[in-house]
Amino acid sequence: MSDPTVADTRRLNSKPQDLTDAYGPPSNFLEIDVYDPQTIGVGRNRFTTYEVRMRTNLPIFKLKDSVVRRRYSDFEWLKNELERDSKIVVPPLPGKALKRQLPFRGDEGIFEESFIEERRVGLEQFINRLAGHPLAQNERCLHMFLQDESIDRNYIPGKVRK
Amino acid sequence: MSFFSFGQSAEIDVVLTDAETRKKAEHKTEDGKKDKYFLFYDGETVAGKVNVTLKNPGKRLEHQGIKIEFVGQIELYYDRGNHHEFVSLVKDLARPGELTQSQTFDFEFTHVEKPYESYTGQNVKLRYFLRATVSRRLNDISKEMDIVVHTLSTYPELNSSIKMEVGIEDCLHIEFEYNKSKYHLKDVIVGKIYFLLVRIKIKHMEIDIIKRETTGTGPSVYHENDTIAKYEIMDGAPVRGESIPIRLFLAGYEMTPTMRDINKKFSVRYYLNLVLIDEEERRYFKQQEITIDCTRPFAIKGRIFMISVIDDLCH
Repeated sequence: MSDPTVADTRRLNSKPQDLTDAYGPPSNFLEIDVYDPQTIGVGRNRFTTYEVRMRTNLPIFKLKDSVVRRRYSDFEWLKNELERDSKIVVPPLPGKALKRQLPFRGDEGIFEESFIEERRVGLEQFINRLAGHPLAQNERCLHMFLQDESIDRNYIPGKVRK
Repeated sequence: MSFFSFGQSAEIDVVLTDAETRKKAEHKTEDGKKDKYFLFYDGETVAGKVNVTLKNPGKRLEHQGIKIEFVGQIELYYDRGNHHEFVSLVKDLARPGELTQSQTFDFEFTHVEKPYESYTGQNVKLRYFLRATVSRRLNDISKEMDIVVHTLSTYPELNSSIKMEVGIEDCLHIEFEYNKSKYHLKDVIVGKIYFLLVRIKIKHMEIDIIKRETTGTGPSVYHENDTIAKYEIMDGAPVRGESIPIRLFLAGYEMTPTMRDINKKFSVRYYLNLVLIDEEERRYFKQQEITIDCTRPFAIKGRIFMISVIDDLCH
């Protein structure tokens, strides 16, 4: 009979782990790359798009590997949709850079290479943080942003049901 | 508080009969310091002497009566005017008259009920004290002596483990288990967290002990939460099938027993908060109440002797 004055600190029994679980790929793989900025158009009607590539094994995403092209205003649209429809605190986007869009600048403004790179990094951080959020993963707008070829701004907002 | 050099005044002193043999226990004061006080249990007799020492020997002390009280009361810090006395005993030591010399009076409060444990908290205090008073026309002379009361459960009780499966659907499922639901102050929480499904990127996991002091009733209820302990139990990303052990020694933390709805005035409850933090600092948590008391699963042979052994183990 163990001494009642000294507590029993032995570990509780637990099931041994299955080797396929231990050595298999984890079920939480999610990586999104924002890369290959391309400036499209001429003169005052130019804008920059970025390639957004998602690789995942989360079952909530229909495609396990998807590639789309998105511009800054698409990211803004996504942020606004989620701020309106979901209860999550949406991570911040890199800045709008309105000053860079004013005339009489010495440089290329928003098409300056260093600025585009800074923006690219910010957008990549933004979308990775967002897509990993379990509540954001339930929103139709996130799936449309990541996996539909183009964003239908007249879509019906809602939750994704398995 | 006498501004006049004429007139008589006196000093009062309360001394317990068993002052030499009675144990003292440490107890936190309102300003956070720790002091030692005589330790009593429910049902014990409180006996001693009240020494009234005249300041100016030779002068008489007129008084309206000398008495000693044993008081157990609950003080809410935001309502200092209304102390709630749940034990109030009085012994008259002298009828109105005069003292010509310093005198000692014996007193005994037999088998006094002390239903609750002494407690000093953030918004409420439960204390027991002796108060000797020499009543006078203009101002009374009185002296208080605080004592500390510890409570013990003497009956072995069922102490089942806590085991539960919780999670976020399709995202994170865990099964947590704690070996007991009632712990004593020097106990060890032994448990485990078993991961059934992990679809988020977990960075680490910790277990917190939260003390919640609730005061007031009805519309004016105050909750004071205090995180007593934060203990990291896992660093890194777990996968399905992994089991993380928990071993948390309570003796290292300042805790009091769980107090439920004491005299309908306040409660002190403890919760284990299991917190998982993912790579984006998002927190997922599950709170579970545990009971802290002095339940010990062995038989009591001689009540007075065993109680002090149990108390040492518990407090």
